[in-house]
Amino acid sequence: MRLLEFQGKELFKKYGLSVPEACLVNSRDEAVQAAAKLGYPLVLKSQLTVGGRGKAGAILKCNNDSELLPKFDELINKEVKGELPRGILIEKVVAIKSELYLSFFLNRSRRCYSLISSSEGGMEIENVGNKVIFDIQLEGLSQVTVEDTGRKLGLEGNIQKSFVDFTLKLSKLVIDEEAELVEVNPIAVLSGGSLTALDAKVIIDDNAMFRHPELKKYQHISELEEQASKSGFSLVELDGDIAIIGNGAGLVMSTVDMVTDAGGKAGSFLDFGGRATTETIYEALKVISRIKRIRAILVNLFGGIVKTNLVAQAILDAYKNNLIDVPVFARITGAESDKAKAMLGGSQAKLYDTVEEAIHEVVLQLS
Amino acid sequence: MKQGYDIFQLLVGNEDDEDYKKKPVIIQGITGSFGSTHSRLMMAYGTNIVAGVTPGKGGQTFEGIPVFDNMYEAVKSTEAKISGMFVPAPFFLNAAKEALDSGIKLLVAVPEHVPVRDSIKVLEYAKKNGARMIGPNTPGVIVPHVMKVGIMPAQPFNNGDTVVLSRSGTLMYEVSYNLTKAGFGQRLCFGIGGDPINGTNLTEAFDMIRNRDDVRSVVVVGEIGGDAEELLADYLIETSFSKTVIAYIAGRAAPKEKRMGHAGAIVYGNYGSAESKFMKFEKAGVPVAKRPAEVPTLLAQRLQKTGLVGTGKNC
Repeated sequence: MRLLEFQGKELFKKYGLSVPEACLVNSRDEAVQAAAKLGYPLVLKSQLTVGGRGKAGAILKCNNDSELLPKFDELINKEVKGELPRGILIEKVVAIKSELYLSFFLNRSRRCYSLISSSEGGMEIENVGNKVIFDIQLEGLSQVTVEDTGRKLGLEGNIQKSFVDFTLKLSKLVIDEEAELVEVNPIAVLSGGSLTALDAKVIIDDNAMFRHPELKKYQHISELEEQASKSGFSLVELDGDIAIIGNGAGLVMSTVDMVTDAGGKAGSFLDFGGRATTETIYEALKVISRIKRIRAILVNLFGGIVKTNLVAQAILDAYKNNLIDVPVFARITGAESDKAKAMLGGSQAKLYDTVEEAIHEVVLQLS
Repeated sequence: MKQGYDIFQLLVGNEDDEDYKKKPVIIQGITGSFGSTHSRLMMAYGTNIVAGVTPGKGGQTFEGIPVFDNMYEAVKSTEAKISGMFVPAPFFLNAAKEALDSGIKLLVAVPEHVPVRDSIKVLEYAKKNGARMIGPNTPGVIVPHVMKVGIMPAQPFNNGDTVVLSRSGTLMYEVSYNLTKAGFGQRLCFGIGGDPINGTNLTEAFDMIRNRDDVRSVVVVGEIGGDAEELLADYLIETSFSKTVIAYIAGRAAPKEKRMGHAGAIVYGNYGSAESKFMKFEKAGVPVAKRPAEVPTLLAQRLQKTGLVGTGKNC
C-alpha cells in the first residue's frame, strides 16, 4: 500500500519527525481558510500515489491570494498518469539552507533492509554521486552507525546531531510499521541545523496489514477491487476489452503477454488462486461482469485436480443468470474435458485445447 | 553452507540409506482443509508423511498417521528433517521457528501473504540452524516419481534430467507439462516463491544442482519484479555454469507500479522490468522463450547445438 504524502507525514509526526506546517484541502473554501491560517508563501501539492509529480506540474508555488484559487482549481482537476488527486496539501514554504536525502528500502536481493543517504537531496537518487548505502538489521540501527554515516556525508555540529536523531526515528518507523520503502527526498536543513521532511514516500507491506489496524484508514481501493479481494482474488484493471481469468498470478501474466503479442488488448488481470470450483469461477465472472468495457472473456486454467465440467457449469450458470452476455474462450486442462466441451456446446462459450488457439480465436472475433 | 547444502540428499537420500526414497516428512497444519487435501495427495504420490502437527489436536490420527500438538514432539518421535508448512500466514513465523528449533533442516513454506519481516526473521533463523527454507508462497518441491512436498498436481511431471525452477506455481506446472509432452522429464522442480523475499533464491538453487551428473539442463521460469534473474545471469557468467539453461519471463505486458497478483511481481522504473531481465539473459547466452510452449523447442535446439541431445525419451 502506497501512502499519500500527507498520510506519510502523519506517520512521520507520530514518530517525532518534523514536517512543515500544512493543511489538506479538498475545496476552494478549505483552501482559502488554510492559506489564511498558514500565511504566504505556500506550496500546493497534489496528493497522488504516482511518482513524478514535480515534472508533471502537480506541485505549484503560490505567493498571494490572487494566485491561490486558480492554482487550486488547476491542480484539483489535473490527472497525472491517469490518476486524479485525493486532495491538495497546502504547505508553508520553509527557508532552506541545504537539502539531504534519506531512504530505507526492502533490499530483495540482499534479503534485508538497506539504507541510502546522501548530502544531495532533491534529485533522483540514481543520479547522485555522494551517497552512503548499507544493510541494516531488523533490530534497528545503532547510534554509532548513524553518526558514522553523518560524518561520511560531511555533516557537522547541529546538522549532524539532527541527522542522527532523524535517521534513528525514521528507522524505527520503517521496522515498526513494516514498510517496504520510506523515502524522504528532500529533507530540508533549516537555519540552526534542524531538519524537516519536505516529502514523504511510504509503502507498507500489504501482507502485514493484519498487524496494523490503525493503518487501515489509509487504504484506498475501488469497490471492484474490494469485491475481488473479499473473494481472495487478485485483480488489476487494464485498458483493453478482453478480461483474462486464470489460476495463478504467473499464468495470468503470461496470458496477458500472449494476448498482447497476438494484437489483443487485455482489460483485466484476475487470478482466482488455487481453488477452482464452480463457486469461485462464478464469483470471478461476477467481478468481471461489472467492468463495462469487457467484450470477451478468456479463461486460462491449468487444472491439476480440477474437474473441468465444474468450470463449464459455472460459465453456463453465468449465462443463464444473465451475469454475462459476452463470449467466453476457455482453455482448461484437467479431468473430463470432453464432458465440459459437450456441456458448453450451443452456448457462447467454447473450450480450446491450447491457450494459443483460444487467444487466436478471441483476437480474431474482436477485430 | 551455500555449497554444503545437498537438497537431493535430504529429499531422496543415497541408495544405501535405509530410508532411500522414503525420507520422513512432517506436515504442519495437517488437519486444516488445505493441509489435509494435499497431505492425502502427497501420500498417494509416494511421500513418506510420518506425522502431522496441529496445536490442540495432539493424540488424534490422520489417515493412520499420528498428529502432535507441536513440532518438538513430532520431530522427536519421527526424526524427520523435512517439514511441509500449511499454516495460515499470521502463524507462519512461530510455526517456522518451532520447526527449526526442533531440528528441521528443510522448510517448504507454502503459505501466501506472509509479511516480509517474518520471512526475513525465519531466513536468519534458518541460517543460524544450518537449515534452508523454500518459499514462502511456493507450490513446493517435487522429485518426479519419487516424492513431492507441496500443492502441485502430479500429472505435469515426469522423471528425467531437467530441473525447473519457478517463481510462479501454475507456470511451473505449465512449463513442466510442456517439457514432459516433448519428452523432457524432470529431475527436480521447485517453486522459488512469488514473494519479494525468497528463502532459497535462484542463485542458491543453481548452486544446489551445478555439480550433479544427473542434471543436464535447467529451465528458469521468472517474472517481473526484483532482480533475481539479473543476478542469476551474472552468476552464470561468473561461475561458467556448464549446463544448458533456458528461461521464460512472465509479465512483459504488465503496467508499471502495479502488483500483478504476486507480492513480488511489481516493476519500479526499470527495476524489475522484463526488458532488464531479457538483456541480462542475452548477455549470459540464455535463450528466453516467448511463451511457455516454446520452452521445449528452445531446449531441444540448444541441446542439439551443444551435441548433448539424448534420445528424447525419459530415463
